[in-house]
Amino acid sequence: MIPRFWRKIKYRYDIVGSVCENCGTQFYPPRNFCPICRRKSKIKEQRFNGRGKVLSYTIVHDTPDEFKLNKPYIVALIELDDGPIITSQVVCDPQEIEVGMRVVKTFRKYFEDGEDGVIYYGTKFVPEK
Amino acid sequence: MKAGIVSYGTYIPRLRVSVDEIAKVWGESPDNVKVGLGVYRKSVPDLDEDTATISVEAAREAIERGKIDPERIGAIFVGSESHPYVVKPTATIVGDAIGCGNSFHAADFEFACKAGTAGIQVCMGMVESGMIEFGLAIGADTSQSAPGDPLEYSASAGGAAFVVGKKGVIAEIEETLSFTSDTPDFWRREGQPYPSHGGRFTGIPAYFRHVTSAAIQIMEKTGYKPSDFDYAVFHQPNGKFPIRAARILGFTKEQINQGLVVGYIGNTYSGSSIIGFSAILDIAKPGDKILLVSFGSGAGSDAFIFNVTDLMEDYPRVPTVWDKINGGITVDYSTYLKLRKKIRLKG
Repeated sequence: MIPRFWRKIKYRYDIVGSVCENCGTQFYPPRNFCPICRRKSKIKEQRFNGRGKVLSYTIVHDTPDEFKLNKPYIVALIELDDGPIITSQVVCDPQEIEVGMRVVKTFRKYFEDGEDGVIYYGTKFVPEK
Repeated sequence: MKAGIVSYGTYIPRLRVSVDEIAKVWGESPDNVKVGLGVYRKSVPDLDEDTATISVEAAREAIERGKIDPERIGAIFVGSESHPYVVKPTATIVGDAIGCGNSFHAADFEFACKAGTAGIQVCMGMVESGMIEFGLAIGADTSQSAPGDPLEYSASAGGAAFVVGKKGVIAEIEETLSFTSDTPDFWRREGQPYPSHGGRFTGIPAYFRHVTSAAIQIMEKTGYKPSDFDYAVFHQPNGKFPIRAARILGFTKEQINQGLVVGYIGNTYSGSSIIGFSAILDIAKPGDKILLVSFGSGAGSDAFIFNVTDLMEDYPRVPTVWDKINGGITVDYSTYLKLRKKIRLKG
C-alpha cells in the first residue's frame, strides 16, 4: 500500500495530469500513451489549475470502514476549466451540491491507515466562494 | 534591502462551535465564559483537515498571491504543536503539495504557540545570509483540549504562511528579537492526548512577562515608543490577555483591534498571532509600522517590527482574513466531539 500511494503523490497532492501534444487530448490520471495517436503519441506532463464545475454527483451512504465517520459524502464528476473531466470527492453539505456548481481544489486527508499507520492526503474539491 | 514578507496566506477551517454550546454541556454560564475569556466561538477542523492540510492551503494562497515560482523556495519550516505525525515531518508534505521540487531545506518546529514566528526568524536568517532566495514559514495548529477543560472554549484550528525573501518585499522586517526562559506554564507530555496547564500561572509569570519583555526590549533597541506604531498584535490565547498586554505597554485599542481575531475563531495556537498579523496586513498602507509579538508556552516571545512598503499597493489581499472569520458553518457539541475524535469508537 505505501509504495503504491507514494508513487502517485505528485498526481494526488495536486492535479497533475498529462496532455498529448500531437492531438491535444488531456488526461487525468496521467497517461504515458495516447490511445488516439498511439505510436505518434507525444505525451507531456501538465498541471491543471483546479477550478471547474460539477457535471454529476452521487451521495455515498454505504461506505468502506475507513470512511464511515465521513458519511454521507459526495463523489462528483468535475469538468475542469482547463482540463479533462475528473472524479473527486466534494466537501460540502449534501443539501448544498448541485449540477453546474462551481468548485475549486483543496488539499485534504483521504484516510488514515489505522491509528498507527500512514496518513494519506490528496486533492478534493470545495464550493468556490 | 532587508529581508521581509514577500507574500502571505491564511487558512481557517469553515466549521465553528459556539461558547454557548460548550458551556451548556458543562453547566457553565455562557455569559460568564464570554465575559471572562473574551471568546464567542471558535473554528473546528473537519474530519479531513489537520495541520498538514491547513499548512498546504495557507502556503498555496501565499504562493498564488505573490506569484512565486515554488521551485525558488529554498526552505520550508512548519511550526505547530499538533503535527499529524510525532515522527515524520509536515514540511515534506507541504513541499510536495506546492511542487517546490526536492532541493529545499525542511524541518518541523515546535515551541507551543510561537513555532510559526520562530520559522519566520530562521527564514530571515537564511535569506539574509544568502543561503536561500525565498523561505516559507508556516504556523498552523488543530489544537487539542480535554472535554470540560477551560481550554475547550478557545482551542481551535487555523494557520498562516509567509514567504520570506529580499525581492518583492511588501513588509520589511526592520528588527526582530526573542525573550526566552524555562517557565512550565503549559505542556503536553509524550503520548498524552491533551495538554496540561498551570491555570493562573499561565498569566503573569508566563504570557505577560515574556510578551511585555520582548516588546519593551525591541522598542528600547530601536528607540521607538508605542505611539510610533500604526498597528500592534500580540499572541491571543483568549480575548483578555492581548488587550491587557497592550494596556500595560501603552498601546491603544485602535492599534490592536484589527488584529484581534481570537473572539470569533478562538486560539489557533501557532497560527494565533500571525493570523492577527495577516488581518493587519490586509488593510495596511505603505509606510505603516507594525509590532508583532508572539508567545509560546514553556516559554518565549518573538518580537518583530515590520515596515509596510510601496509594493503593498498592488498586492492582492482578497479574500481577507476577516472575510474568512465571518464565514463559517456552526456545528453542535456532539458533532464537535465526533470531528475532534473525542468519542471512543469500538474496534
